[in-house]
Amino acid sequence: MNTAVKVLSLSVATALALLGCGKKEEAPKPAALAAAPAPAAPLPVTIKIGHVGPLTGGIAHLGKDNENGARLALDEANAAGIKLGGAPAKFELIAEDDQADPKVGNTVAQKLVDAKVVGVVGHLNSGTTIPASAIYNQAGIPMISGSATNPALTEQGFKNVFRVVGRDDQQGPAVANYLIAVAKPKLAAVIDDATAYGEGLANEVEKTLKEAGVKVLPREKGTDKTSDWKAVLTKLKGKKPDVVFYGGMDATGGPLLKQARELKINATFAFGDGACTDKMAELAGTAAEGLICSQAGIPVQAAGKKFLDAYKAKFGIDPILYSPFTYDAAWLLIEAMKKADSADPAKYLPALQSIQHDGASGHIEFDEKGDRKDAEMTIFTMKDGKVTPLAIIKGGKSLTLDEYAALSAAK
Amino acid sequence: MDIFIQQLINGLTTGSVYAIVALGYTMVYGVIQLINFAHGEVVMIGAMVAFTVIMALVGMNLPIPPALIVFIGALAAIPVCMAIGYLLERLAYRPLRHAPRLAPLITAIGMSIILQHLALLLWGRDPRAFPQIMENVSFAIGGAAISTVQIAIILLSVAMMAGLTWFVYRTKFGIAMRAAAEDVRIAALMGIDANRVIAATFVIGAGLGAVAGVMVGTYYGIAHYTMGFTLGLKAFSAAVLGGIGNIAGAMAGGILLGLVEALGTGYISEISDLCHWPVVSGWLTDRCADGGNVVLFGSNYQDVFAFLVLILVLVFRPSGLLGERVAERA
Repeated sequence: MNTAVKVLSLSVATALALLGCGKKEEAPKPAALAAAPAPAAPLPVTIKIGHVGPLTGGIAHLGKDNENGARLALDEANAAGIKLGGAPAKFELIAEDDQADPKVGNTVAQKLVDAKVVGVVGHLNSGTTIPASAIYNQAGIPMISGSATNPALTEQGFKNVFRVVGRDDQQGPAVANYLIAVAKPKLAAVIDDATAYGEGLANEVEKTLKEAGVKVLPREKGTDKTSDWKAVLTKLKGKKPDVVFYGGMDATGGPLLKQARELKINATFAFGDGACTDKMAELAGTAAEGLICSQAGIPVQAAGKKFLDAYKAKFGIDPILYSPFTYDAAWLLIEAMKKADSADPAKYLPALQSIQHDGASGHIEFDEKGDRKDAEMTIFTMKDGKVTPLAIIKGGKSLTLDEYAALSAAK
Repeated sequence: MDIFIQQLINGLTTGSVYAIVALGYTMVYGVIQLINFAHGEVVMIGAMVAFTVIMALVGMNLPIPPALIVFIGALAAIPVCMAIGYLLERLAYRPLRHAPRLAPLITAIGMSIILQHLALLLWGRDPRAFPQIMENVSFAIGGAAISTVQIAIILLSVAMMAGLTWFVYRTKFGIAMRAAAEDVRIAALMGIDANRVIAATFVIGAGLGAVAGVMVGTYYGIAHYTMGFTLGLKAFSAAVLGGIGNIAGAMAGGILLGLVEALGTGYISEISDLCHWPVVSGWLTDRCADGGNVVLFGSNYQDVFAFLVLILVLVFRPSGLLGERVAERA
């Protein structure tokens, strides 16, 4: 053992000595080379930023929309000629496809870590973001999601995880309060699809309704594959609720609403963001008219005009849903790097935690958990087969789209 | 009371669909003692094909009445499903006919997965809105309502069951089928072409399944590549409930299961609400006060009833309600 160590250290020492000699010999450069024009400015540094969202499958259009938002931000940053540590920074987007599948999400998260990205925008779904966030946390890479609403994401205590949309425990009260204001219900029914998302959101809605003195019927449940809601709805029909809230996705919410109208249930229906899509109108047909639904964040129409114009000019289409948030998320990373004058995650993370930024989705500050302070919620209604924004809830106040625009313009 | 009648109507409608799908299971089992687990997927493909044809016809804006468009959709789905039924038997089951029982069972599950993924490739993973082009008028029955779609499903199911019964008991081919169901080898010795009879059983079952697929799509308004799986398992339970291998049993089992499911889903949370139980609610006064509830089983147990029924039947009456053949063979 001892001899082995001795031999090893001896050989290391020799190697070092040899290396040192080699360097010494090379040190005096030939005159011709020394005279060559020395680089006046340091070479541009490439800074890699990752983006993850589903680019294939059922919600691929939303994934691409998210990616476009981040890409636009990086292009603008490159055009602005930002310098970090004295060297011009060239931002490069590495876009990955997680297929909205947690397993694939973890694989591509590791891929981004191996590719030495210094920050990540994404992922799109809570289901893929939560497991992947542990990987980024281990690697010490800051991550900002522009669309994952499940509270659990920022409840893990990771210092490097942020989100720029609202949480489901803000969304539930928002939609419930709106229902109370509009329908003035005495009796409410709450249904969920027995998933973490649907049940969690339904619980928040039920809590708010009960606090406001609305009587709530015992919870009815389906699954995320239920298409036959007739028995459940028939039972509700007998109880005559004034409002019905369903926590679930559009694939099950569509048949639910259609069958409810067939049974001539005239209650006001409200859904969460999972069923707040134009697909609802396709699945429920005319039964979807008048549906109330909510999203965590501002509607895309209310995003900054500069962003909307730049997006349209670059991609030739209008932004769909969450791209103002991913655009802001990418800019937040860049702004924090500028502040810290470094692209080293360890150095710019503190700057990110205390950042104040006015972006396409409004003013952004993070609380100690990494959630957006004072996040907006939007209430929509289904009108002529389109989800149409009715009100933006900000700081407990309900604003119309115009009022919100005037308020952000005044800032 | 009107709610009870409404649940009966709901149950009768879904029960009719289960009955039609259950026929596909029971006929195949009757003849070759195989549980064709891919049958639910055949039903799903029926719905998908009809969906595509109906959408295309609607897109063409032809001056034909909506009911006829749905009829054409179903008519297009039937031969496609029949072809799949034939191919399933020819490619997946016939080569294994003399293999141990487990082999064709595993193949059946494999075929179910293959068909599901084929549908995923062809129609995508998005749920599709099944076109609602027929006007759905409701009629009042004692405070409850029955819609034209429900009436159509029930009537069509009854007609198909009657047609099948006539076919099996009154035609020569039906007699051959029943003979094969009694004993394939002896039927073959009597000059019956067993292969033809078995293939025909698959084809007829698949054709009925295609119609059931269109019914489900029209009734719920949605079509998805996974819709056949649970439906298939429920119909299988219905077939076992009635006595697998017995055609009348499958019909009775299907309708009974539909009723159990509708009534169970409608009333389980009330029955299992501890606050409704005089003695127990006394212990839970704090939680039952002001109309509070302690519900043990919610309506998400809807899909469980079928399997609960299946287990109870297997424990207490393995041959099913009308089945004797299982005991006969044993």
